[in-house]
Amino acid sequence: MKISLNWLNEWIDTGLDAAALGDRLTMAGFELESITTAAPAFSGVKVAKILEANPHPQADKLRVCTVDIGAGETLQIVCGAANARAGLYTALAMVGARLPNDLHIKAAKLRGVESAGMLCSAKELGLAETSEGIVELPEDAAVGADLRDYLGLDDRILELSVTPNRGDAMSMRGIAREVAALTAGEWTTPDCSAVMPAHDLTPTVLLAAPQACARFHARVIVDVDNRRSSPVWLRERLRRAGIRSISPVVDVTNYIVLELGQPMHAYDYDKLHGAVSARQAATGETVELLDGRRIELAPDVLVIADERAPLALAGVMGGLPSSVTADTRRVLFEVAWFAPAAIAGRGRRYGLTTDASQRFERGVDPEVGQLAIERATRLLLEVAGGLVGPLVRAESPEHLPTRRDVTLRLSQVQRLLGCSVAQSDATAILQRLGLSAGGSQGEALIFTAPSHRFDLNIERDLIEELARLIGYGEIPTVPAQVAQNIQLSKRDAGFAIDEQRVLDVLAARGYHEGIHFSFVEPGLQSKLFPQVSARALSNPISSDLAAMRVSLWPGLLKAATENQRRQQPRLRLFEHGVVFLPDGSEVDRLAGLAMGARWPEQWAETNDLVDFFDVRTDLESVLSLTGPLEDVRFEIAALDCLHPGRSARVFRAGRAIGWIGELHPLHVREFEFSSAPILFEIDLDAALVEQRQDFSEPSKFPQVRRDLAFVVDDSVSYAEVRRRVFQAASSALRDVVLFDIYRGAGIEVGRKSMALGLILQDKDRTLTDEETDSIVTAVRSSLSEGLQASFRG
Amino acid sequence: MSDLATLTHQALDEVAASTSLAALDEVRVRWLGKKGLLTEQLKSLGALPAAERPAAGARINEAKLEVQTAIEQVSTRLASEAIAAELAAGRIDVTLPGRGAPRGAIHPVTRARLRIEDIFRRSGFEVATGPEIEDDFHNFEALNIPADHPARAMHDTFYFPDGRLLRTHTSPVQIRELRKGRLPLSMIMPGRVYRCDYDMTHSPMFHQVEGLVVDENVSFANLKATLQGFLQAYFERELRMRLRPSYFPFTEPSAEVDMSCVFCNGEGCRVCKHTGWLEVGGCGMVHPNVFKAAGVDAERWTGYAFGMGIERLAMLRDGVSDLRLFFESDLRFLRQFGAA
Repeated sequence: MKISLNWLNEWIDTGLDAAALGDRLTMAGFELESITTAAPAFSGVKVAKILEANPHPQADKLRVCTVDIGAGETLQIVCGAANARAGLYTALAMVGARLPNDLHIKAAKLRGVESAGMLCSAKELGLAETSEGIVELPEDAAVGADLRDYLGLDDRILELSVTPNRGDAMSMRGIAREVAALTAGEWTTPDCSAVMPAHDLTPTVLLAAPQACARFHARVIVDVDNRRSSPVWLRERLRRAGIRSISPVVDVTNYIVLELGQPMHAYDYDKLHGAVSARQAATGETVELLDGRRIELAPDVLVIADERAPLALAGVMGGLPSSVTADTRRVLFEVAWFAPAAIAGRGRRYGLTTDASQRFERGVDPEVGQLAIERATRLLLEVAGGLVGPLVRAESPEHLPTRRDVTLRLSQVQRLLGCSVAQSDATAILQRLGLSAGGSQGEALIFTAPSHRFDLNIERDLIEELARLIGYGEIPTVPAQVAQNIQLSKRDAGFAIDEQRVLDVLAARGYHEGIHFSFVEPGLQSKLFPQVSARALSNPISSDLAAMRVSLWPGLLKAATENQRRQQPRLRLFEHGVVFLPDGSEVDRLAGLAMGARWPEQWAETNDLVDFFDVRTDLESVLSLTGPLEDVRFEIAALDCLHPGRSARVFRAGRAIGWIGELHPLHVREFEFSSAPILFEIDLDAALVEQRQDFSEPSKFPQVRRDLAFVVDDSVSYAEVRRRVFQAASSALRDVVLFDIYRGAGIEVGRKSMALGLILQDKDRTLTDEETDSIVTAVRSSLSEGLQASFRG
Repeated sequence: MSDLATLTHQALDEVAASTSLAALDEVRVRWLGKKGLLTEQLKSLGALPAAERPAAGARINEAKLEVQTAIEQVSTRLASEAIAAELAAGRIDVTLPGRGAPRGAIHPVTRARLRIEDIFRRSGFEVATGPEIEDDFHNFEALNIPADHPARAMHDTFYFPDGRLLRTHTSPVQIRELRKGRLPLSMIMPGRVYRCDYDMTHSPMFHQVEGLVVDENVSFANLKATLQGFLQAYFERELRMRLRPSYFPFTEPSAEVDMSCVFCNGEGCRVCKHTGWLEVGGCGMVHPNVFKAAGVDAERWTGYAFGMGIERLAMLRDGVSDLRLFFESDLRFLRQFGAA
């Protein structure tokens, strides 16, 4: 909300400059967003009067004007504006003037005629976005005065933000009242006294929905001239509040909102048919709004209607057919009080948030209506003439808000704020805010809230007001003596490992953490996971951010394509975050993507592409955070988006915890990756459960190694080989090392050679050669019989 | 015994001519070994008259000692020459980069979150999390934001067809924790939140951290101390903080949290728009209606709550100026938070 300091000073003399006032208001909850000046910098512009305007001898569109600049001095000015006419009071930029946009005015010859300056338009002075012709000033303008002084253009404009609970402060009156409370000053109101009727045309007003509209003032003003333009002072005030001048009638209604906070509406009385009522809409009724849209109404929407049809969406926007135009001669003013609940949300339903709807939703003072219509009447007479009709008031007192009694306990003030407030101080502060003190009841003081404060209903509301006026800065800073109550929380139990350690493992292995949106492109995700139906947003920000992710892979893959586009072909990315499964559960996942060369380009290593086994080790370093990998199993399994021969389901302690594998070649092509990414994803809660370990003492006896080389079918997995080796060997087998796999020359197609090292060691004694041999023999025969392994030599 | 002198000379010449330790050892064996040429000389002593033997033996031993000493000298020299040669041959360019891959990095937003969690944990706060898909009750209703409340318009909520929604703030976790009925409590609740808004300064997804402390006499004065302490710990410096009255439906009194600008120490600069202050969060005393919705006796318990944007805190600490960079996983950006 924009507040002109000059205007505010007419309401209350603060004695504060703009910055100090802005600071005071900021610290009272009305945040200062900016301070600007009412006009951009310019100088050397005077109020002037055109005495004569004669045709230019050389140019049809130019006039040669004789201009009075006061003190009996006149200048000759050439001007091209159509409205440059004798008798016009206007703005003259003198020779030497500096206008906005760095324009310097010099004496000039225009088509051979001397011009000692320039008559200015509002646009040239930075007072309007567009303007037609030169500035028109009223006839009582002080010729010779500096225009900045005359129009008060050094006025400072404070832009304040008003929180939704303080609808009462959204006006000059409201801010003046607030500033008075903050500074213990006095504020005054302009003349809002009743205007005597000059005719007796009396509209009929019906309150057909009194719970929604409990008070309605109306008046008809006839013989209005809405073709005039509003006076400069009015246009300037509107402009400084950010509102464009439209016509005298509309300008007056807008002015009243700014000044008193009471939205009002003006109808062309000649376009109305019979009684005006505030009623609920009927199903299927429509109304054509001022913005030209026709909307269909519902029964919980309040309308202002005549006997034929709805005229306006009450409290939100007027209708086009009944609106005032330049030709309007008879105006009906509506000043109504609408209950916040009857207006709240209605505009938004039609995509409308208007100045009026915001005010009514927050609550408009039910007592300001009469002041507003009288003030509007006075202004309209001043700016557009006319004859005033009698004031009509319809009201339903039982539906008007009642002024509420609120109790306040000083002990609660102390308890909540952490400092004590004396009863006299509390009472004085609340009275400054317009509350009236109504005695006490035991410890509790009783206050009655003023009609404009819809936000003062309970004790806490009063405590907040005390804190606000005392100043939050005045409340002490005291560390709490909080009793701690340590609970077994998720991270202390299920998620056994400190998150930072998990992330550090991957970071240490060269991975960068990414954070991606939880919503992804639905098409991409369903291609990757055709079996999973993701939750879809009703109102996504865009169609490619419409489905909740069921995996972290869509985000990682998208990041990979973008990095490839940015010429970053070697990638190690991971993400830790929640995915959203169709059953409604949210699962904490850790996923990674590796793509491109195994190592960054360098001198020291031969450099192949990263493969499954590199990433398996990366994943295993995460899994080993909670204990040895003995309970972890990789089982070949197919997932739609992975290469069926290069993907595995990962199990830990018998539970499926995730997947690892190479992206399916179809997707590699679709994403246009230059090499296949390797992906993994695990459920953190299942994967990382701290295991208690029983440690055993290392054996003191020598270890023996025996190597075995054999040929088996390609389909035989290492896991199967290993399982059989351990099964066949005695407990003296400590470990098995796979040190070679070979396919090719010398080995039949479809078979592979494997070479194992058996590490043997007994914990109680040195193994004899016979014992060692018998273990090796047992292993060989188990592999031969079970896996058709053939041994060389 | 000119023989002995000749032999000794010959031996010393051979020692001096040895160019490797192996050759030197051969020389040693040839002259001083069990059957060495000088050793053999001792055997000839038997042929001498008894009176001459001791003197002759002493001369032979002297000669042996002389050769032995020469061998040791040459051996030492050769050993150090060998080391020097090995060192000379073994030079590497230590300025070459190391083998393998450099470290990656934890995301700056995560880093900020972990840091925040750490600071609060050290002060006895617990860390709690809650679901990101919420219902109207937890996200709005229980937080004193009934349907059609003007504050809802500030939230720009993402909805699902079944009426559920993506939480617009971490505050619903407050309700979930309060409803567990384990009081007193002090906890922080970090996490992802969502608003239907996307431009230079708004992301449809971002991170908040919520704080909640409830006890029998928790006050606004305590809230001030906690926030002041946190900000100083997080930014690792003395700074001024001010609470500015504001409005949130779920707290009363409510305040915006401003701290003195960390870029200009409150002098006024471009970042703080020449106000000297940076807004870093919102806070207030838990509204009695929130306690009511969570089944907490507002006459017995009081509480304070605060919320801060983690991206904002990360940006202020790391000097990141465009919010959107956080979610684009541009390696050229992420690398700056780890190794090159």
